[in-house]
Amino acid sequence: MTVEHPSARLLAAYVDDGVPGAAAPTVALAADELWAVEAHLEACPACRERLSAAVGTGAPAVAALTAAVWSELEPQLAVAAPAPPRRLAARLSTWTTPAMTPWLAMVLVVTALALLLDRANAGPDPDRISLLLVLAPVLPVGGVAAAWSRGLDPAYELTAATPRAGLPLLLRRTAAVLAVVLPALLIGGWATGVTAAQWLLPCLAFTSTTLALGALLGVTRAAVAVAAGWLAVVVAPTVAAGRTAAVLRADGLPLWGAVLALGVAVVVARRGAWTAPGQNR
Amino acid sequence: MRAVTRAELAPTTYAREIRATGLQVRAGRKRLAVDGLDLSLGTGVHGLLGPNGAGKTTLIRALATVLRPAGGELELLGETVRGPGEYRALRRRIGYLPQEFGYYKRFTVREFVEYMAWLKEVPAAEIPAATQRAVERVGLADRADDRMKALSGGMVRRAGIAQAIVNDPAVLLLDEPTVGLDPAQRLRLRELLQELGTEACVVVSTHLVEDVAAACTDVLLFAEGRLVFQGTPDALAAAGGPEHEGDSPLERGYSALLVDPARRTRGAW
Repeated sequence: MTVEHPSARLLAAYVDDGVPGAAAPTVALAADELWAVEAHLEACPACRERLSAAVGTGAPAVAALTAAVWSELEPQLAVAAPAPPRRLAARLSTWTTPAMTPWLAMVLVVTALALLLDRANAGPDPDRISLLLVLAPVLPVGGVAAAWSRGLDPAYELTAATPRAGLPLLLRRTAAVLAVVLPALLIGGWATGVTAAQWLLPCLAFTSTTLALGALLGVTRAAVAVAAGWLAVVVAPTVAAGRTAAVLRADGLPLWGAVLALGVAVVVARRGAWTAPGQNR
Repeated sequence: MRAVTRAELAPTTYAREIRATGLQVRAGRKRLAVDGLDLSLGTGVHGLLGPNGAGKTTLIRALATVLRPAGGELELLGETVRGPGEYRALRRRIGYLPQEFGYYKRFTVREFVEYMAWLKEVPAAEIPAATQRAVERVGLADRADDRMKALSGGMVRRAGIAQAIVNDPAVLLLDEPTVGLDPAQRLRLRELLQELGTEACVVVSTHLVEDVAAACTDVLLFAEGRLVFQGTPDALAAAGGPEHEGDSPLERGYSALLVDPARRTRGAW
């Protein structure tokens, strides 16, 4: 789009018009021209500069007035502190709240411990229990619970009244949890020889189940329910049989895929349920 | 330069910022803390007075769209609040200071207010300047980069007021903002309230009668979930006579309207 700038004649007329108490302007400016020039000046810094030059030469009274205003304002402006730009920490807090930090730290510690135990326990037996694999599904659940909880998040009352409270914010925080959990598991899996396919789907499936149940029960209760389900479905068979439960081996993957799809479907269907943390029933 | 948006130029479609008819709000599962409230509030500072447990906090939470009305009708800035929903556009124009507000102790005042500005969808480019302005208005500019946990109770409350005004709200809800402020800070807060009340609808809940006299254009006396009185502070003072309890005309008016003979016999307080 090309912008037409007012001519020097129009600017000069505008300056003449604006002089208080001056004689009738040499070139009268019609009301529509005045309006157009003014609207353009508001949006165009280059023309404002031309205007100030025109004022300096054409209307010394106005120039003196603005100079006086500036001389009064300047000491005040020098004192006023400019707003510093937002720091990295502030931008990070749009993804994860400080209430989630201890949970995320715990995830890293647990992953490291599981990794150490797996390394100590390494052997040629294909049926040996991989602690990392057993823990993988439940790792993100605690972080997700802390992301959207009345009890764990001190600022929930403030958050609850803001426009951003809702599913997008919850998903943002969940993404932050996964951004910590998944790399940790990736490194752990690489070190112990567990392939990403084995833990990625269970991990995502449990996350989506927590969110889906959260729409019905509240996220904290959902996290507790999912962790209990994990004990029953994964840990108990593993301990009883002395080897990694079938659901965590390659043949369990379609099941996890189905759970993930179901969870996502419920979250999408109930997307209006999260208007405030801890109040989604 | 900031572009003026269509929303800012749109004419207002409401006469009063807050309008409630027969409003009922539940506190907890059963009890109706606000029961059949009729209210109409425009621009100005409205003092919400009432004894403990009168339902002030529940009303303010409902006005902040945190609680849903259980019955009746509530209209905020021309938009009807009913059932679950996201009221995004409405919430952008509300400022809310809860009575006991939680915050992240690790944040500095600036980080806290910036974070709240982000949650309130203040455009990213305006957040630093809006934060600085809000912090300066509550007189915390020199402590802006201190952590919240290092602040005194009064300063934390002022930081809470800063986050409430950071989005230039049209409806500002302050639940007991004067708690923990020393007398000088209370005076400063009253000035700020009067300033804000010239262009926004400010609702201040308090149990201190003298706050109302100094800062409010309008008094709402609230007891057991109902509106007992609405009028100017002078009208409240006029309601009391020398036979009523209290040290000031306002306190006597408060007792006259609130303590009826049937209730006086019931409790020690």
